[in-house]
Amino acid sequence: MKYMDEYRNATLARALARRIAQEAQAPRRYRLMEFCGGHTHAISRNGITELLPDNVDMIHGPGCPVCVLPVGRIDNAIELATRQPLTLCTYADTLRVPASRRTSLMQAKARGADIRMVYSVTDALRLAQENPARETVFFAIGFETTAPSTALAIRTAERLRLANFSVFCNHVLTPAAMAEILGAPQSCGADGGGIDGVVGPGHVSCIIGSKPYEAVAEQYRRPLVIAGFEPLDLMQTVLMLLRQINQNRHQVENEYTRAVTREGNARAQSLMAEVFELRDFFEWRGLGEIAHSAYRVRPRYGRFDAERRFGIAYRPAPDNKACKCGAILRGAKQPRECKVFGTACTPESPLGACMVSSEGACAAHYSYGRFRQMKMDRLSA
Amino acid sequence: MSAIRPGYARPLDLRNGCVDMSHGAGGRAMAQLIEELFVQAFDNEWLRQMNDQARFAVLSGRMVMSTDSHVVSPLFFPGGDIGSLSVHGTINDVVMSGARPLYLAAGFVLEEGFPLADLKRIVTSMAGAAQEAGVAVITGDTKVVERGKGDGVFITTTGVGMVPPGVDISGDRARPGDRVLVSGTLGDHGVAIMSFRENLTFATSIRSDSAALHGLVAAMLQAVPGIRCLRDPTRGGLATTLNEFAQQSGAGIRIAEAAIPVQAEVRAACELLGLDPLYVANEGKLVAVCAPQDAERLLAAMRAHPLGRDAAEIGEVIADAQQFVQMQTAFGGTRIVDWLAGEQLPRIC
Repeated sequence: MKYMDEYRNATLARALARRIAQEAQAPRRYRLMEFCGGHTHAISRNGITELLPDNVDMIHGPGCPVCVLPVGRIDNAIELATRQPLTLCTYADTLRVPASRRTSLMQAKARGADIRMVYSVTDALRLAQENPARETVFFAIGFETTAPSTALAIRTAERLRLANFSVFCNHVLTPAAMAEILGAPQSCGADGGGIDGVVGPGHVSCIIGSKPYEAVAEQYRRPLVIAGFEPLDLMQTVLMLLRQINQNRHQVENEYTRAVTREGNARAQSLMAEVFELRDFFEWRGLGEIAHSAYRVRPRYGRFDAERRFGIAYRPAPDNKACKCGAILRGAKQPRECKVFGTACTPESPLGACMVSSEGACAAHYSYGRFRQMKMDRLSA
Repeated sequence: MSAIRPGYARPLDLRNGCVDMSHGAGGRAMAQLIEELFVQAFDNEWLRQMNDQARFAVLSGRMVMSTDSHVVSPLFFPGGDIGSLSVHGTINDVVMSGARPLYLAAGFVLEEGFPLADLKRIVTSMAGAAQEAGVAVITGDTKVVERGKGDGVFITTTGVGMVPPGVDISGDRARPGDRVLVSGTLGDHGVAIMSFRENLTFATSIRSDSAALHGLVAAMLQAVPGIRCLRDPTRGGLATTLNEFAQQSGAGIRIAEAAIPVQAEVRAACELLGLDPLYVANEGKLVAVCAPQDAERLLAAMRAHPLGRDAAEIGEVIADAQQFVQMQTAFGGTRIVDWLAGEQLPRIC
């Protein structure tokens, strides 16, 4: 595979770090939120925060699909898999998300429910084809990145006249959540500084383009730069955001031009529009109900909609009381400010969803960032 | 009139036959499987005695013993199979103490319906691996479980060996200032297995590194008898082994990402699958810790051996009460390399 090292060049990184340091004007603080979990992971894995000046803070946003999935939806999936004779297919990280009453899909699987880990919806489709007598349900999660493949699977199932395949659709939409976070008064740090700029999603934007963010940037007067997932992409994005902030601009800029256009992928968009429609409301874990922030399957494809097929009724379930997932997903609190972080809540036994996926704000901080925190603790001690 | 031939049994159908419940029932069928397959393949003086145990003479000194169960899926993969893997795995666990491996015991759990041809392939591969390592499989056991209650074949091997006088290798002996070395490229086995799995088929030339490391360890001990720690980074990969050393020794470890050898194809596959090569399993590699003054000599001895050709020094032991393994990233930052937390990886060893 080519172009792996080109975007990880340490010499270029040092040069960029110098330019960022020049741009970051003390004493002002720059609070940047990377919306996407993939960016959180890349920042942690490459140790990027260490290359940034002390007055530039990276705040981990809610862009991790398993983190924002509310407990009630996991409860729905568990109930479906244990009460009905069917095969439930899901992505690996979903298995470990804590649900109500200390259960999880993994626990349900251990107790005999037929729950399979798949790498893509096509695996679920194949299972349905190979076992025509058995109901197969795909537990679909993710942002606009994974939604087109789910839509395609539903269309394929229709073409193949599969009578035993359906989708429990939990696809959520990025711009709505971003507007919610930038608009909410809670999205402020202890210093009341708020979020100064947004590192925009890369993969989501490949699908939807950069255009949908323009209204958000304009309304909330915050700059947004769409970024690639390599460390140099992120450094360059930070520089672009700092320049906009210093110049009092709030535009949508695109650092990830090698993959993202303003219009996005028209075929994927029309596929999603054909198969899905907007829900009036959808609950996001930690963020509450957000209007027009998720997809459901259109009535025309109703027989592939597990919610209709099995009469799934959504019941909201409260998060663990000790969890500060909501404040952390909004950037109002750091993982370390949560009482159970690293004590009762660890990647081995997560209480909150942010600790489940390696892209979750807390898990990333636990696995990669707490070293830096401890170094700082020791210096200040 | 038929001429009765006492004790005659039709030979095992090793081409089209399959394991049935009688092969584990203790009767003639089981005796036949053992004689025609296992004893034939592993042939040695101890097995030939056909006792339920093997009797062997021991020299005075320190013995080591280790056991390992193998449940890999798929059973056959690029660069090896469950047979050779079950021999290499246990030999490596024995030799990581500095010991010379001597004997192996093998326990088989076979699933009803398993093709005898595949079993023969596996047993032949085991025998070859054992012979290559100069180790005899001297006792064993076979059980058959009903169809659906196993996954083809599970193999448990137990090995014993002797530690030469003066050698003292243990995970708790790393001291600040010591150097950390690896014997070659990391992640080959795990990626080979995953790329071959049914639902992850993408074209790749990556082969498992499955190998017995007794020769490499012997060469290393000859160069530096005072090696402090040795371990083969199997499940959980290099990251897990380093965290174990740090915890056992009560010290920290600092490594440099740029110094860690990883094949380009393995790196690419890991990118694609979202894996970190530091956490991917190896079956023919080792991690060594030695005193700083011995590092150069040890590295040269490793590189002179075919299984240590790509050996590299990757970091050092440091004083750290937190016992963190930290890494200077190739990009220029620092991060910790933490214990693996419940990753959803397929069974690979």
